[in-house]
Amino acid sequence: MTVELHIRNPSALHGATHGRAAVKGVAIAITVAFVGVFLLVPLVAIFYEGLKRGWAAYANAITSADSVHSIKMTLLAAGIAVPLNTVFGVVAAWAIAKFEFRGKALLVTIIDLPFAISPVISGLIFVLLFSPTHGYLGPWLARHDIKILFALPGIVLVTCFVTFPFVARELIPLMQEQGTLEEEAAISLGATGWQAFWRVTAPNIKWGLLYGIILCNARAMGEFGAISVVTANQPGETDTIPRQIDNLYQGMDIPGAMALSTVLAALGLVTLVLKSVLEWKIKRVRGQ
Amino acid sequence: MARRVRPRSVLPGFGLTMGYTVLYVSLLVLIPLAGLFFKSAALSWADIQALLTDRFVLASLRLTFWAATVGALVNAVFGFIVAWTLVKYPFPGSRFIDGLIDLPFALPTAVSGITLAVLFSEGGWYGRFLIPLGIEVSGAPLGVYVALTFIGLPFVVRTLQPAIADLDAEVEEAAASLGASRLQTFLRVIVPSLLPALLTGFTLALARGIGEYGSVIYISNNVPGEGQITAQLIMKQLEQNSYSKATALGALMLVASFLLLGVINGLQWWMGRRGKA
Repeated sequence: MTVELHIRNPSALHGATHGRAAVKGVAIAITVAFVGVFLLVPLVAIFYEGLKRGWAAYANAITSADSVHSIKMTLLAAGIAVPLNTVFGVVAAWAIAKFEFRGKALLVTIIDLPFAISPVISGLIFVLLFSPTHGYLGPWLARHDIKILFALPGIVLVTCFVTFPFVARELIPLMQEQGTLEEEAAISLGATGWQAFWRVTAPNIKWGLLYGIILCNARAMGEFGAISVVTANQPGETDTIPRQIDNLYQGMDIPGAMALSTVLAALGLVTLVLKSVLEWKIKRVRGQ
Repeated sequence: MARRVRPRSVLPGFGLTMGYTVLYVSLLVLIPLAGLFFKSAALSWADIQALLTDRFVLASLRLTFWAATVGALVNAVFGFIVAWTLVKYPFPGSRFIDGLIDLPFALPTAVSGITLAVLFSEGGWYGRFLIPLGIEVSGAPLGVYVALTFIGLPFVVRTLQPAIADLDAEVEEAAASLGASRLQTFLRVIVPSLLPALLTGFTLALARGIGEYGSVIYISNNVPGEGQITAQLIMKQLEQNSYSKATALGALMLVASFLLLGVINGLQWWMGRRGKA
């Protein structure tokens, strides 16, 4: 016995799940307009304003002593914070993804904390620890002539704080997805923990790791609010690129500020491109 | 009586990695945060009362809250459209636009802030149309709304995209075969499935907007009581050595952040459950 299914209007069925061309057109128009107005035009504006006065002025602005110094400070701060947080990310992801223990959710939430906290608060908490006048450890540090705030250690600390989730957050879901079977197999074949990690885990996570490092780096180089707090907004020795951009702007040198901004905007674009490429690579690995 | 034996993992390194993790997290995160709470616990009631009745503090809280909420709402609406279009209606250049969505993440906040301020200023590409129309964005509270919309944009789009991609065509087709119009299918089948993701994205954008500093301070006039956000107020208090006020306000913002983080976690858990349904 056969049953015949009568769909009254087959083309309506198609239309009911695929929408009409008009809706599609409007949606695309809104998307392009919204992204254009809020993202594309500002991006272009950075380069336009930075290069407005010509290449000579641009080169001058970027190679001025203050600019070069700020670039060095940024590279230094990121150069310390990113590796530290990368090591932490890998270690934490190993502990969280490969083992079962109670309090895991709490630990993951704590790792997520810096995302939810304002950069100003991130700086504030370190000021409250290290300020010579009001900090818990301040007076002790002052007596031993150790400078944390207004100096590189303070900047590295807050940079570490605001960027430390990035690598961990990338690796934890990735390693959880990959499970423990391969590593367990390696161990049962006689590998040590180290060998299992380097030869089994590491190749599996390399794209996710790179992705996390790139995001961590972009944020580390761009951090502004927290660093402003620990340097109390005073221009000086410890200015990173965003702080120097702020100095230039406050000093009414807007073209100079925009010129230096193009450096970080270019870094941002590289970050976006690498991000897309790595996302694609990770999808491929997951697909396998 | 049988004893429950928890199987110990074959993999080595738990003690070492867990220990390092806890140590790092404690030193870098828990202790500094605890410091803030202890300091704020040491405040007198008079201090706290002075803070909560200070009209500049209240004005900044109002502005921060409203601007973050409106920004997150705008992003919820337009971000939905953008995410839907990018997933369902690919067009030439949509991959480029998709990559661009993360721009607010990739740019330093100071750069975003200055660029937006310049764009909406008198000579800027937007300002030169808007200011003659009487719409002042740069140097006005409206600028805060614009900046927070910019900064929250990726959150809604990025949270919705995977959820939209995961939509089960079969459920839509079932609704259609039962006689639902496209609009009905959309409102009663699709939107409810996407609600957890939408709310998550909204809350993420909200949380980010409340704490945002760098992208706001250039476009706003930062006038206390009018264009000043709470983060900027705290910065000013620190500059003036009003540590107790800054601490109290900071603790307040931190509590708000924790609450929002809790909501976000809850929503993400809800999202995860939906996915498994």
